[in-house]
Amino acid sequence: MLFDGLIDGFTAQLLAGTVMTVKVTLAATALGICLGLLGASARLSKITPVRWLGDGYVGFIRGIPELLIVFLIYFGSTRLLMFIASQFGYNEYIELSPFIAGVIALGLTFGGYATEVFRGAFLAIHPGQKEAAEALGMGKLRIFFRIQLPQVWRVALPGLGNLILVLMKDTALISVIGLEELTRKTSMAVTATREPFTWYLTAAFMYLALTVIATLLLNYFEKRSRRHELPVQGSYSKLAEG
Amino acid sequence: MDWSVIAEYYPRLLEGAWTTLQLVVLSGVIGLVLAVPMALARLSEKRWINIFPHAYIFFFRGTPLLIQIFLIYYGLSQFEVVRESILWPFLKEPYWCAIITLGLHTTAYIAEILRGAIQAIPKGEVEACRVMGMSKFTMYRRILLPRAFGIMLPAYGNEVILMLKGSALASTITLLDLTGMARTIIARTYTPEEIYIAAGVMYLLISWLFMLFFKVLDNLFNRHRLA
Repeated sequence: MLFDGLIDGFTAQLLAGTVMTVKVTLAATALGICLGLLGASARLSKITPVRWLGDGYVGFIRGIPELLIVFLIYFGSTRLLMFIASQFGYNEYIELSPFIAGVIALGLTFGGYATEVFRGAFLAIHPGQKEAAEALGMGKLRIFFRIQLPQVWRVALPGLGNLILVLMKDTALISVIGLEELTRKTSMAVTATREPFTWYLTAAFMYLALTVIATLLLNYFEKRSRRHELPVQGSYSKLAEG
Repeated sequence: MDWSVIAEYYPRLLEGAWTTLQLVVLSGVIGLVLAVPMALARLSEKRWINIFPHAYIFFFRGTPLLIQIFLIYYGLSQFEVVRESILWPFLKEPYWCAIITLGLHTTAYIAEILRGAIQAIPKGEVEACRVMGMSKFTMYRRILLPRAFGIMLPAYGNEVILMLKGSALASTITLLDLTGMARTIIARTYTPEEIYIAAGVMYLLISWLFMLFFKVLDNLFNRHRLA
């Protein structure tokens, strides 16, 4: 690495781990948002079995530890994947990489909580808008993508932001199945130097730095998403007072 | 899938579930006790008093629980002072390390919940206390804290469920809680799907138990709101 000559070798390792942590966070967020939208649509569906499916998903995710989900996906997926592959005539050994397994496990967790955030956001959009779109002759999918989704982001952003912060800390769990992210790299540094407190505290501060950066970014986006509201709100309150 | 392994090993899983329950309840009690002074200090207007709870809450909410557990279980042994202190027999046990870490971790979250609850109490009630001539201590003991407890109960229930899920991390420091026990059984039987699913169902049952408990508690403490 570029900085190897400048700073201690372990610090460079920790930075490489931090990059991996950010990658996992982004990938799991992307997956989780898709699952959350699906989950929210399922929970708001008019078809009862679909609604049950959504309710069951959220119920399971809320009650089962993330660590157990990580283990279940990583160790439990092999047999399932090999069964599916054997149906297509592929009989070699298949195993998920820790990265993929971790992203799936944390994405599932994120999706469960995001389902609730999105559901609230969908309900917050005035039903008149959907009726207006229907009156204009828009199809269901078009209403979803053109009318509902662009507005849902704005309402859901604060809730999603909190979930992203939680997710970023949960990525430490993937170290347990061997992904070389920040926590794993730190454990390696600890084994080599026998200074556990020093290195875990360093890692803790790196996570804190990530949290602070993420919070600042989220605040910026939240402000941006509300930029059209502020002046209007002001004039409304003035009207109400006058 | 071979479901008979569950029938064979479920007593061991129950054993693990019992450890998990101990972790959650003990750390929950520690968290609740420590959160009261933490929240009150956080609410103080004096900078030198509220700076510590600010830093404490920032640290424990901003770093992963796993790092905190490692920091206490592996980290503390780095210092000679700790290894020679009278607390060492406790601090070298994964059981007590897990309880201490979970307790300190949940303290930060409960303190924030409690602070919100105290701030949510209508101002008129504080003023009424002052009019009655209550001292600050009496006011907190008799009016504000019991009121805040009622307000924060639902959020506190959520936090306990999150701690139930967090307690699974104790398995990473060799503790045989529900997750740790599941891993041990799997190492012997090599049936990850069955045992992990069984453990997951047990976690679900425990979390429902907690939800039920908090619902009863909520009805008890918030009777005035039921009408």
